[in-house]
Amino acid sequence: MGEILVFIDHVDGVVAKTASELLTLARSIGEAHAVIAGTATELNSATDVLNKFGAQKITLLESAEINSHPSSAIASAFADLAKTKGAKAIILPSTARGKEIAGRMAVRLESGIITDAVALTPELVSTQSVFGGSTIVHARVSKGIPIITIRPNAIEAVEAPGSASIEKISVTASITAKIISREPAIRGARPELSEANIIVSGGRGTDGNFAPIEELADALGAAVGASRAATDAGWYPHSHQVGQTGKTVSPALYIACGISGAIQHRAGMQTSKTIVVVNKDPEAPIFDIADFGVVGDLFAVTPQATAGIKARKG
Amino acid sequence: MKILVCVKQVPDSWAEKKLSPGKVLDRESADAVLNDLDEYAVEEALRIVEANGGVEAGHTITLLSMGPERAQDALRKGLSMGADAAIHISDSALAASDALSTSRVLAEAIKREQPDLILTGTESTDARMSVIPSMLSERLEMPHLSFAGEVRVDVGAGKVATKRMTDEGVESMESSLPAIVTVIEKINEPRYPSFKGIMAAKKKPITQIGIADLGISANDVGSGGAWSEVNDFALAPARGAGIKVVDEGSAGNALVEFLVEKRVI
Repeated sequence: MGEILVFIDHVDGVVAKTASELLTLARSIGEAHAVIAGTATELNSATDVLNKFGAQKITLLESAEINSHPSSAIASAFADLAKTKGAKAIILPSTARGKEIAGRMAVRLESGIITDAVALTPELVSTQSVFGGSTIVHARVSKGIPIITIRPNAIEAVEAPGSASIEKISVTASITAKIISREPAIRGARPELSEANIIVSGGRGTDGNFAPIEELADALGAAVGASRAATDAGWYPHSHQVGQTGKTVSPALYIACGISGAIQHRAGMQTSKTIVVVNKDPEAPIFDIADFGVVGDLFAVTPQATAGIKARKG
Repeated sequence: MKILVCVKQVPDSWAEKKLSPGKVLDRESADAVLNDLDEYAVEEALRIVEANGGVEAGHTITLLSMGPERAQDALRKGLSMGADAAIHISDSALAASDALSTSRVLAEAIKREQPDLILTGTESTDARMSVIPSMLSERLEMPHLSFAGEVRVDVGAGKVATKRMTDEGVESMESSLPAIVTVIEKINEPRYPSFKGIMAAKKKPITQIGIADLGISANDVGSGGAWSEVNDFALAPARGAGIKVVDEGSAGNALVEFLVEKRVI
């Protein structure tokens, strides 16, 4: 079978949703070996989730300082572990941090790398959805230990409760660029964009008024996205931008309001399972990819939908 | 201080892209432009120079790009914004290079220049791998400050401080120079080249080099030197035509019915 090393991202021991998805994938292609960097206390808070999603082994790269550097210290310790274990493959989340670590490990291990995969077979053939979902590519790594980053939300997490053996490796982090201080993001009640199951997005058609977008999002328990036109205009923070530049998302439901659907935007959301569109312009290209499209004023249609959803949920 | 900015020519991010039968990006199918996200890096370099006494204080900006002949157009754009010089790595052996060989070629070129500060964008809008800066950091054994939404350089002390902006929050980072800094989209508002800038750029030097100048063999780059390979590719099936309704006062309710049918709510 061979060991599949899985990078477990976490903040202060609270593991990211990608951990459950990656462990599910790892179990289907080999022995799932969770690798987490931080302190023993952080590992303790993370262990339950790792066991719940079927980790067979857990290795802690133990250091109080390792997370004071975003990637180089982790990549170095992780690469050493991969060499020692003779891993079959290494999988990481396709997030900013996951890709940084993956790129460094590829150089360290002289191994090929594939990013943004949405599936991976036991033979380690990856599927990528490129150019905004217009093209499907099957590829494989031909040298070294394959390093593959997996897009969040691409794999459906399935529980497989077990009890993993735990190994701790003490790591000395040689810090090059150091984090001096941290201001955690102020998280509203809304889910994080790249992990969200439902996203409601607004564009030029909002004319700067995102209130109906946010109200619909909150009724659905959704995240809020924005087109580049909306963030360029300063109507919504850049961190919410979906598109060719900005985030690539693949939620179960994507509702685009007042977004025309230039390739710049479609490239970031085209692989969403269900797409709903509200736009005044019947000719808007976004209708070409809509499962359900409403030609109408978003300021009339979305509040009615919000009220309808609230009524249904009681 | 010598600043080096890595830039790439890419197909216009507002155009459709496709793969060629040779399983690589069909670069002829769309207009080639300077990668949107690199413009922020060029602009930030200009601002750092301006904030530290300008060209008069001995600061220079060199652009570095690897790509075919026409990548010079992207370099000219950066020069017309105000960069001083450019290096163009062009070699027929480099076609279809993967990120590992690209980072190796760039790293060798950077070693020859010995810059104090390297600036890059977060990713190219064509490949979107976002791994080159970290790979350069490993190869050059140089600190990498990523996702900078703010950059301050203390030339005298040889230090750089950034605000790293991610979904988790904002982190204040610090490092000694030389260092690699990746800037995020919207860190600044990239300037449009002025007419004067465009004219001046025509006279600025673009040094062309090949892989032999960097001591790299043709076997280690291009499709033959790639460590991953494409098995096959296909166009994704088109999304089936959906339902389209014109709002006559109750489309919001129809939308809710659709979500119920889809079992989303």
